[in-house]
Amino acid sequence: MKFIKCYKLMAVAVVISLVLISGCKNKHSYVSKAKFKGDHNIIITFAGEVDTAWAKDVKNYGIYAKPDPDIQLTISKIIPGSDKKTVDLYFSDAIDQNQPHILTIKNIMADGKNLGSTVVEVKKLYFGFLFSILIGAFLIHNFVFTKYLGLCVFFGTSQKQSTAVGMGITFMIVMVASAMMSWAFYQFILKPFHLNFLQIVVFIGLVSLSVQAVDTVLRKINPALFKAFGVYLVLVIANCVILAVPLIIANNEYNAAESFMLSLGAGAGFLLALFLMSSVREKLELANVPVTYRGLPIAFVVAGLFALAFMGFSGMVIF
Amino acid sequence: MPATTKTNFQLVINGILKENPIFRLALSMCPAVGISTTMMNGLMLGIAVLFVQVFSSCTISLVKDYIHPRIRIPTYTLVIATWVTVIDLTLAALAPVAYKQMGIFIKLIVAFAIITMRLEVFACKNTLWPSFWDGVGMGGGFLFGMLTLGFVRELLGAGQLFGYDVLGFRPLLFFALPVAGFFCVGFLMAAFNYIEIVYNKRKKAVNR
Repeated sequence: MKFIKCYKLMAVAVVISLVLISGCKNKHSYVSKAKFKGDHNIIITFAGEVDTAWAKDVKNYGIYAKPDPDIQLTISKIIPGSDKKTVDLYFSDAIDQNQPHILTIKNIMADGKNLGSTVVEVKKLYFGFLFSILIGAFLIHNFVFTKYLGLCVFFGTSQKQSTAVGMGITFMIVMVASAMMSWAFYQFILKPFHLNFLQIVVFIGLVSLSVQAVDTVLRKINPALFKAFGVYLVLVIANCVILAVPLIIANNEYNAAESFMLSLGAGAGFLLALFLMSSVREKLELANVPVTYRGLPIAFVVAGLFALAFMGFSGMVIF
Repeated sequence: MPATTKTNFQLVINGILKENPIFRLALSMCPAVGISTTMMNGLMLGIAVLFVQVFSSCTISLVKDYIHPRIRIPTYTLVIATWVTVIDLTLAALAPVAYKQMGIFIKLIVAFAIITMRLEVFACKNTLWPSFWDGVGMGGGFLFGMLTLGFVRELLGAGQLFGYDVLGFRPLLFFALPVAGFFCVGFLMAAFNYIEIVYNKRKKAVNR
């Protein structure tokens, strides 16, 4: 299965490039880092040593959450680090880490000199946010086991492992392609012209279009691959997930990178679900199942057990 | 397949019992598992599906002579999408609370295999009235399935029906969990299979 490796490599390359893009950011020359630590602390790292007396004064700091600048958060305690380069701001109320915070630092004193004031934006790493979307769609909000979407295809193609993997990979490719297309269509055509009510019609059209496109391209470029996966392409249209993802992207106003991550996570999550299910169903063939439960009923019970297991991921927060 | 020879009554009964979309054909399972936690949800989504099924069946049976066979599937999809948009906007305006509870499922009626399948199998070969009654049967079958699931889950999970206390206690809280949808559908399917097996055995015994 050479082509699977190829996709893995591509995914890794995309992730690395995203790290590089999100890593480059400018800050004030003397404040090298400011980040959240837990729900109650913000840690500021300076480029050099700062005066302890200055660092301990609460009046030198001002902080608010970006959406509401009127509400200043109160700092209850300040703990200067032992190396004099870090300062730990402690808040008695929990900070909402999902919102960027604006931190004002006044009259930074180092070696008796006043280095002036600065404003720093404290936020979660953007790459971390993207990663949490990916893992969220993959495990925490797995579309099959926690959102109950795409079940027709899920139960239809999970009887054999080879079929399941084929369907999963085909689905993942079409999912990413159609999600990116519908994202572009929504952002550049539907939204500027106020055509939001056409969402459903346009998205389902784009899905059928991208399925047809993948079909044609695959048939010409790689007939062997087409022979293996061509049969699943038709089934992709009947899968609710492929329509749900563009709708979620449009609802949440995701940008291109976020949409890519969500669709990749949704596709990979579907592949994972199919793989797990097909492994169990192959074993079930050999088991002595009561007559009334043979076929679909036992498959539903197994899926329910999987869903219970996936409930363990709920509430998990990454970064 | 030539035009149907069944009477209207047979078409409706066929959809509700013999070819029930949820328990017999096992199509459109997503809402059956996802939002059948209460009877009210089941009723609302059932009505939405009934509406879409009936109107798209009628539309296709009216225009079937003008559709080129090679583009029939995209045409079906677009017709369904149009009617789904209609019911989506209507529900959002008239019943905002229930609409919010059902979330994305109303929009996802487009991707329900059952509706496309009925258009392909039935509506494109029959005239208006049989298609109408077939649509009523299939939509009714879906409604019946959703109501049954909602009945079992709401009664066992919350001890209520349509939001009113019936039992006064909660027999099995587990059924109120979203996850229980899988188990509930599985158990009900097994129950229907059991009924069928017993029925066939009796029939054989009578014939002998």
